[in-house]
Amino acid sequence: MSTPSTAIGIAAAVRSGSMSAVDAVEQSLERIGASDGDIGAFLTVTASSARDEAAAIDAAVASGSDPGPLAGVPIAIKDNMCTRGIPTTCASRMLDGWLPPYDATVISRLRTAGAVIVGKTNLDEFAMGSSTENSAFGVTKNPHDPTRVPGGSSGGSAAAVAAGFVPVSLGSDTGGSIRQPAGLCGVVGVKPTYGAVSRLGLVAFASSLDQIGPFAGNVADAAVVLEAIAGHDPGDSTSIPEPFGPLGAAVTRGVEGMRVGRITDLPAGADPDVTERFEAAFDALADAGADIVDVEVPAFTYGLTAYYLIAPAEASSNLARYDGVRYGHRVAAPDTDAMYVATRTDGFGAEVKRRILLGTYALSAGYYDAYYGKAQRVRRLIADDFARAYTHADVLLTPTAPTVAFEIGAKSDDPLAMYLCDTYTIPSNLAGHPAMSVPFGTGADGLPVGVQVLAPAVGEATMFAVGAALERAMGASDD
Amino acid sequence: MAGRITDDDVAHVARLARLGLDPDDVQRAVAELGAVLEHFADIDALELDAVEPMAQPYPLTNVLREDVVTTSLDRDEVLAQAPDAVDGRFAVPPILGDGA
Repeated sequence: MSTPSTAIGIAAAVRSGSMSAVDAVEQSLERIGASDGDIGAFLTVTASSARDEAAAIDAAVASGSDPGPLAGVPIAIKDNMCTRGIPTTCASRMLDGWLPPYDATVISRLRTAGAVIVGKTNLDEFAMGSSTENSAFGVTKNPHDPTRVPGGSSGGSAAAVAAGFVPVSLGSDTGGSIRQPAGLCGVVGVKPTYGAVSRLGLVAFASSLDQIGPFAGNVADAAVVLEAIAGHDPGDSTSIPEPFGPLGAAVTRGVEGMRVGRITDLPAGADPDVTERFEAAFDALADAGADIVDVEVPAFTYGLTAYYLIAPAEASSNLARYDGVRYGHRVAAPDTDAMYVATRTDGFGAEVKRRILLGTYALSAGYYDAYYGKAQRVRRLIADDFARAYTHADVLLTPTAPTVAFEIGAKSDDPLAMYLCDTYTIPSNLAGHPAMSVPFGTGADGLPVGVQVLAPAVGEATMFAVGAALERAMGASDD
Repeated sequence: MAGRITDDDVAHVARLARLGLDPDDVQRAVAELGAVLEHFADIDALELDAVEPMAQPYPLTNVLREDVVTTSLDRDEVLAQAPDAVDGRFAVPPILGDGA
């Protein structure tokens, strides 16, 4: 009998006693040990605590208690989520060596569900980037082609699943940081509705946009992880009070009669190979019984501008806390003001500084109305346009990213070119809506192409039904 | 949009953000931020006066928790992660100095 490789398969085997959690975790650690030297997905591997936790789960099974829906499932965590006593660096020199004094809510919930954390993954510093090249601790490679980027900012978590190190992982998504790397690495990536998953213990980048979500090798595994981490948390004042889910039925429900929207005024710029797969996705959903309808979202095209004013503005405020006083890096200086400047100048990398400068500029006296105020109004236009589109369609489809994975170094000297990677993913963050990337075949050089499914707020069940239908269509065509 | 970003703007903003930039850094920032801000001129033509600014996507207001006492973070565990601590407190260099 072959050992299960999906999260659902592992959890079922562990709960039934046909496979031990220790074996599941050892298998994951072996793969990481054998191949992560070539990929660089992990910043920290927590082998010792993972073995202890797995043994505890096996003991629970042996004593007749149920360790939970993710029993014994090895999971990797983006290194911007607090893990008590385990380094949490945000891939920044600023937090090198920092040991959080508490667990993020998602971490406690994963443990309650029986998942075993095997390590913390690489990211663009403080989640700012689209290639994972902005990490202070090295570049993560795309498992499909190690000369290419995995996307970002959650590139380590995407690569860890694509390389088969773990069946599932967590990332965070502020403007596409789960979906774009999922697309480029050929895995499923989900950004939930804003407020669906607690942000307590997620190191803040742009608080009105940040959201934690899962990566997985398939849609059903992503649903199980999301169900485990979602739901109200009194520790996050932006957490949605209503219960979340369930999603299980959605995955098998199909798309018969569902209205799938084609955005007629979608910004151009996707490569032909990506566009071809995107068009094939409409065909696949039509074949599965969905109705394809045309909708307009005129303000979609302004998302990039609104985002790159709002996100840096919020970041410049959030990152003011790194002052060398309470945690992390400090550069000694004769007085506090000089210490702040020396610490921040030394501790932050180039892209983080660029965004702090941009955000501080957008918020500064005399420019606030021209930049930040205007961007907040554009944000409203985008939300209103989506609301109108969703009176005609149940979900919308776009490419996840304009291109397949690009070469390492290709865009690292051109911030604007890098920002354009997020054209299709940003509007969902601004509106606070859920969106997911599902692998849908390959484009140039045999590299993965993702298709993005967008849904209105708390529309996860509908979104997962469509994502699962796309996955089934790929299985059927065996592409 | 406001006019093109200048060296003085970058130097002022760097000071506000407590970031030290040498003259080369300032030049690079002017060029990079200038190019990004130029791209952002695409929203200049939009008529936005009647549009309500949106700060947060999900409509929740006045979120308050019950006033219940819970355990705090462990003081020693927190201070162990500080760059410097003395007598159960965070320690910093003098507040009044050359830079003040």
